[in-house]
Amino acid sequence: MMNSGTGWFDGIKSSLLGAALDVLPILLVIFFFQVAALRKALPRFRRIAVGFVLVIAGLGIFLVGLEECVFPLGTQMALQLTDASFLTKTNGGQPLPVLADGAVDPRVYFWIYMFAFLMGFSATLAEPALIAVALKARDISSGAISPWGLRTAVALGVAVGVTLGAYRIVTGTPLHVYISASYVVLMIQTYFAPKIIVPLAYDSGGVTTSTVTVPIMVAMGMGMASSIPGRSPLLDGFGLIAFACLFSVIAVLAYAMIAEKMEKRYAKSKNSL
Amino acid sequence: MLKSFKYFFLKALGALLDVLPIIAVIFFFQFLVIQKPLPNPEKTFWGFLLVITGLFIFIEGLETALFPLGESLATQFALKGNFWWILAFGFAIGFSTTIAEPALTIIAGKAGQLAIQQGLIENQSPAVSHFVLGLRLTVAFSVGFAIALGVARIIKGWPLIWFVLSGYGAVVALTQFAPREFIGIAYDSGGITTSTITVPLIAALGVGLASAIRGRNPISDGFGLIALASLSPILFVMAYGIFNYGGR
Repeated sequence: MMNSGTGWFDGIKSSLLGAALDVLPILLVIFFFQVAALRKALPRFRRIAVGFVLVIAGLGIFLVGLEECVFPLGTQMALQLTDASFLTKTNGGQPLPVLADGAVDPRVYFWIYMFAFLMGFSATLAEPALIAVALKARDISSGAISPWGLRTAVALGVAVGVTLGAYRIVTGTPLHVYISASYVVLMIQTYFAPKIIVPLAYDSGGVTTSTVTVPIMVAMGMGMASSIPGRSPLLDGFGLIAFACLFSVIAVLAYAMIAEKMEKRYAKSKNSL
Repeated sequence: MLKSFKYFFLKALGALLDVLPIIAVIFFFQFLVIQKPLPNPEKTFWGFLLVITGLFIFIEGLETALFPLGESLATQFALKGNFWWILAFGFAIGFSTTIAEPALTIIAGKAGQLAIQQGLIENQSPAVSHFVLGLRLTVAFSVGFAIALGVARIIKGWPLIWFVLSGYGAVVALTQFAPREFIGIAYDSGGITTSTITVPLIAALGVGLASAIRGRNPISDGFGLIALASLSPILFVMAYGIFNYGGR
């Protein structure tokens, strides 16, 4: 008990230090430009200093919780769900079905796809950077862009992307085929989507790959690639993140296109009354 | 007193709602699919409590420090009206936060190991550290460049679509020529460059600039900095690979 107590403490200490180091270059740059270019003191300095302490402390505590609890559980589950004994059990104790080329039928990995989908979805909802971008979008659109709407759209995109990535690891099909196909979809959407939403959609794609989602996806990819026969963690573990990014942009653009269509229909029905 | 208690309660509830989906998914799989008890329930409980508390404190800090700071810098720079100073600031923020990013140091080290394994560089410490440093500088430079370019885009009102379409086109083209050792790290570096602390600050800066400059729309012009900061490292790392080690 004593031992686990000091473990928490050490964890919090090192992750606070990490967050502080993240902030240091930002503070130095801002200080330099205040002195050299703007030649003015920072307005509301004390309030901002308190806020920085909150940012460092909050992120530090958040990361310790993730590393001590969420990441180990996620990794262990990914390993258990691809384990031969679990697969045989869900298959009703029968030997696993094998395809003509000798590989295991990709359908037996049903639960790992479910896991990828639900983990991708829920981890994205807890992503602090995405919460920040969603709050900003709400503020400047005076509430027209709902934070939960945007976050749910991104989360759905990540969920689909990670599931597809999991299917690719299981089947071992080449990454570039999927990536090229999704690029084509994305380009067509970018052309037709309402122009105002395009930058926000691409920003949310960059944001999804952050503190919560990346470690979970890396752990899942590595876990799957090491326990599925014929896959190597070095070559096949990669790709979930690229998929998550691409599909979150696709999802936000789709959400905006659907919303625009609904609004037009609504306006039409209002006019005809 | 009552009012601040209510505020505190609502914020804490918000953080709980953000984390609740993950808790639900983990419990669902542990108890209903894998059908085994949690390996360490006490640790799980405290871990989730830390996650929720940390998120709550972080969001408070976001609204008291990062957002106002980004906005006030944007307003001050816009009032000052010197185009090149704003670009220099964008570059400095992007470069300095990326070069200090621990995830980048780890990934660059791994790419160094891969390059030795593939016989691209010699297994000697000066060659390796030169390779790793070169990679880190390239990524940091590319992020600085992207933020500076993005800031120029906001000021001039250039549509983001131009950059995104040509940028991703270039990514597809370069992937055909870049040395294999560089492709994996190129795609990965695009994802790790924007940290949780940098994102809100940059977003507030972009939106603040677009709001302060007449004729710019905060939504369609203000966003887009993060998009460019995740795209440009992919291009720069592959170009660096081709330039220094030759194409395929």
